[in-house]
Amino acid sequence: MILKVNDLEFQYNSHKTLKNVGFSIQRGETTVILGPNGVGKTTLLKCLNSILTPQNGDIFVKDKNIKGMDIKQIAKEISYVAQKNETARITAFDAILLGRHPHIRYKTSIDDLKKVDAVIKRLNLSHLCLKYLDQMSGGELQKVSIARALVQQTDLLLLDEPTSSLDLKNQTDILGLIRHVVKGHHIAAVMTMHDLNTALRYADHYLLLKDKTIYGAGKINEISSKMIEDVYGIRVDIFYHKGFPVVVPIGNIKAA
Amino acid sequence: MHFENGEISEEYSRYIREKTLFIFLVFIALILMIIISISLGSVHIGFIEVIKTLLNNSDSRQFELIIWNIRLPQTLTAVVAGAGLAASGAVMQSVLRNPLASPFTLGIAHAAAFGAAFSVMILGTGVMASSLNDALNISNPVITLSFAFFFSMVTACIITYISKIRGSSPEIMVLTGIALGSLFMAGTMLLQFFADDVQLAAMVFWTFGDVARADWKDFYFLSGVTFCLLVYFLANTKNYNAMDMGDETAKGLGVKVEMVRLSAMMAASLATSVIISFIGIISFIGLVAPHIVRRVIGDDQRFLMPASILVGALILLSADIVARLVLLPHVLPVSIFTSFLGAPVFIYLIIKGYRK
Repeated sequence: MILKVNDLEFQYNSHKTLKNVGFSIQRGETTVILGPNGVGKTTLLKCLNSILTPQNGDIFVKDKNIKGMDIKQIAKEISYVAQKNETARITAFDAILLGRHPHIRYKTSIDDLKKVDAVIKRLNLSHLCLKYLDQMSGGELQKVSIARALVQQTDLLLLDEPTSSLDLKNQTDILGLIRHVVKGHHIAAVMTMHDLNTALRYADHYLLLKDKTIYGAGKINEISSKMIEDVYGIRVDIFYHKGFPVVVPIGNIKAA
Repeated sequence: MHFENGEISEEYSRYIREKTLFIFLVFIALILMIIISISLGSVHIGFIEVIKTLLNNSDSRQFELIIWNIRLPQTLTAVVAGAGLAASGAVMQSVLRNPLASPFTLGIAHAAAFGAAFSVMILGTGVMASSLNDALNISNPVITLSFAFFFSMVTACIITYISKIRGSSPEIMVLTGIALGSLFMAGTMLLQFFADDVQLAAMVFWTFGDVARADWKDFYFLSGVTFCLLVYFLANTKNYNAMDMGDETAKGLGVKVEMVRLSAMMAASLATSVIISFIGIISFIGLVAPHIVRRVIGDDQRFLMPASILVGALILLSADIVARLVLLPHVLPVSIFTSFLGAPVFIYLIIKGYRK
């Protein structure tokens, strides 16, 4: 087990956002956090690597409780890809090199640079290497962010809406890549997502959030139209096209 | 998770070499400008004579006196002040993620000036005189600096707080800077209103930032504090780079964002305070120097910071040479020239559209 969450509780000021959240994740799994807007998907993700500090509950990464761990230690175990990518006049190579930050004490070593190069080649980003971030498209930026997370060499990847601003080709590229890395390196990925079809297509496991807590969790092919109706409040049918599940909305529950 | 080991591409090595070369060239230019600065003034001293005197090998007692007592402290003060202000600007732009941030545009300079004036006038930590070069002779640098630092730190905290609750968009930061700047200018005016003739003249002269007024004692204090802060900034460049990628990404990379931001603002305020306490308000260096560097070698703080330090020193020193020579025998305060230089750059940035 790579990640175990017990009884997590989080509140903004006095407004409770998450309560009684508990789940666990195994190596080799890509898990997607689903739920309607504002249910706390991103909040949950940020709690997992202490970007936000939960008021209650424990999070174990590889059996170590991250409570009280230094943020730099956590960064050696968990990497995080934010939804919004800020840009600056920094080359892709140097931006990816920042992924070595948790591991570098004083000076960047030749070994760090080699690791960056290996990931760049692996993701076929060589052509972007010396391009400045502020000249890149959304898809390119997102790939750089993912490369940075991979260079961090952690066993757990957290991704906040990794495909929300991308076109179909880039979505397929990036999610295919994440899946491939997770299986190939026997690590785990947790991502938030609002597009159900993409989620069903690329994740192995799901966490459905409703009313500030977990409504259900399990293998992705176990998601039923009943669950989606309960969580999103909309009637759907799930079809299979060439073996891939497709969610089709039928109409509002009230309207029907 | 492990990937097979790659190798460092020739292209990347060349790109790094280019940036290093830029820094090296600016450094050479700065050394040359230092010699020129010592050489030029109301008495012209040849370059060879300058070098001989600096190596304690001069035959002329007169040149020795001019160089060691007047030109050298003035030149080195310009170098240190330019370096400190440019580094403060570069770091504020990065941690506030705002291209228009600098000690001057955020009002921190005005706050420091008010604090220092308050300390000198009310608490008597310095002696005032109605001449340009000796407008203010700080007798107790620690207390004067403490007051300057206190007020600039209050300003920095307000700015950091506003950037936290309202975001640090250029508009918000500039408007905050105007508000805080005018507040402290009003404070300084209040002091001036109750000042006697000598004090008033001293304060007016003092707000014309001028590097000529620092003597060796001032210089040691100024350079000691500034040097420590520059080392601190240089040691943190990787953290600033991570914060350029956004707060959440930086936290995911193990950077204690709030702490780095607050301590960077504190360090920048301290640098600004010490410089302003000794030589008065010098405008725009903190804005102009980092922007010139950004245009040439980009935002990577590992190179931006050292290059800004050198370019800031170079600009302030060049401006000071011009100020000394342009209306001979009158020697003008350098801040007039940095404003002539800075205001157009500021307007250019607004028209051209700032990045970030």
